[in-house]
Amino acid sequence: MKAASFEYARASSIDEACALLREHGDGARLIAGGQSMVPMMAMRLARPSWLVDINGVPGLQYIRVEGDRLRVGACTRQRALERAAPASRFVPLLSQALQWVGHIQTRNRGTVGGSLAHADPSAELPLAACVLDAEVSVRSTRGRRAVRAGDLFTGPMTTALAADELIEDIAWPIWREDRVGSAFTEMSIRHGDFALVAAAAQVALDGEGRCVRANFGVGGADATAVAFPKLAETLIGYRLDDDVVAGVAARAVALLDPGEDLHASADYRRHLAGVLTRRAFCEARDRAIAQREGQIRQ
Amino acid sequence: MTPRGHRISVEVNGHMQEGEVPPRLTLVDWLREELHLTGTHVGCEHGICGACSVLFDGEAVRSCLMFAVQADGHRVTTVEGLTGEDGKPGALQDAFCETHALQCGYCTPGMLIAAHALLEENPHPTEAEVREAIGGNLCRCTGYQQIVEAIEHAAAKLAERGVR
Repeated sequence: MKAASFEYARASSIDEACALLREHGDGARLIAGGQSMVPMMAMRLARPSWLVDINGVPGLQYIRVEGDRLRVGACTRQRALERAAPASRFVPLLSQALQWVGHIQTRNRGTVGGSLAHADPSAELPLAACVLDAEVSVRSTRGRRAVRAGDLFTGPMTTALAADELIEDIAWPIWREDRVGSAFTEMSIRHGDFALVAAAAQVALDGEGRCVRANFGVGGADATAVAFPKLAETLIGYRLDDDVVAGVAARAVALLDPGEDLHASADYRRHLAGVLTRRAFCEARDRAIAQREGQIRQ
Repeated sequence: MTPRGHRISVEVNGHMQEGEVPPRLTLVDWLREELHLTGTHVGCEHGICGACSVLFDGEAVRSCLMFAVQADGHRVTTVEGLTGEDGKPGALQDAFCETHALQCGYCTPGMLIAAHALLEENPHPTEAEVREAIGGNLCRCTGYQQIVEAIEHAAAKLAERGVR
């Protein structure tokens, strides 16, 4: 349970980190919080020849609102984002998702960009990124490019990032409608463990309770987290009664291809995906409605 | 080829400690084997059990999930650093004794670090907040009930003394 030998370099800027990744090629890996990377190295599932540490890079830890997006620096600690007022106010789904990420000790160290780069299909932040259609800014010595969350995850622990690319920033869209509600829920063996299946939903309602915008997704039930924007679009103009929600959840489940392991069969994961999607959707809807009532009282 | 060692300088329990470490050496192994601070326990070595928890710049983290080289220039507090100036157990440690919150003691340093971090930030936690704070620490004697009691007891005693 000890990592194999490697060389270590501490980058002092994004440019230096990119240059180090380029110089050392495929054997080089970034380390940020290390909460997934170090266990993989301890179990020898990862054996990087070089580790490029970006914890000391200035300008990679920030949380700020810019127009209709919440911008988060890749090296921002999960715990910092969980406690940041702009996150809970403008992108509550993020705060809701973070409650389920590991434990306080791992969130104190784990980073937002690291969780996306690790691309665990059952992890919470990749699911939130897909449901919110977050935009990930990526840097390398070749320049900068933007990748949408839905295109970032290509398989279990696999992303569209090249070996020499680094996530710099994640832009989370802010929904500016008056009545927005969101919810995140999951089933795991114990709280803080990896999710067997997770579900997230966000809805915006008009004054009559009809859906004007929605998205939802499921994690842990396919090779990557999956969002269902096309299915969600079919809800626009409708009241999100329980049977409407159940219908769209069933259509989503039919599109999933869950794997099975020691902890859960594919059928059980499919079952969970349906139940949790309904719960997340109904909770998001109820929160959007409660928000309206709150405003009327004011 | 052996990777080159790195010189590090870390404030541990209020004292500056210098060392030269190979990159693969974890922080917990450096604390235990080089500094002989064996209060911090090594359990799973992959971030599941919480026995190796330490305070890193004041926040509870797992010292098996960091390499010692990464602690250069930072501040680490181990369970040895939780005792009072006189070297005697503090209120939290006393509370663990009073409520019989340890049996084999393997998880205890991690539990103390997690509880200490909680009480620093939230002097009057609810039971749910206590359970959340130690949620990442496994006790295989299954004595969680007494550990929760100990932390609540310590919070009450500290409040009584007007320490917080």
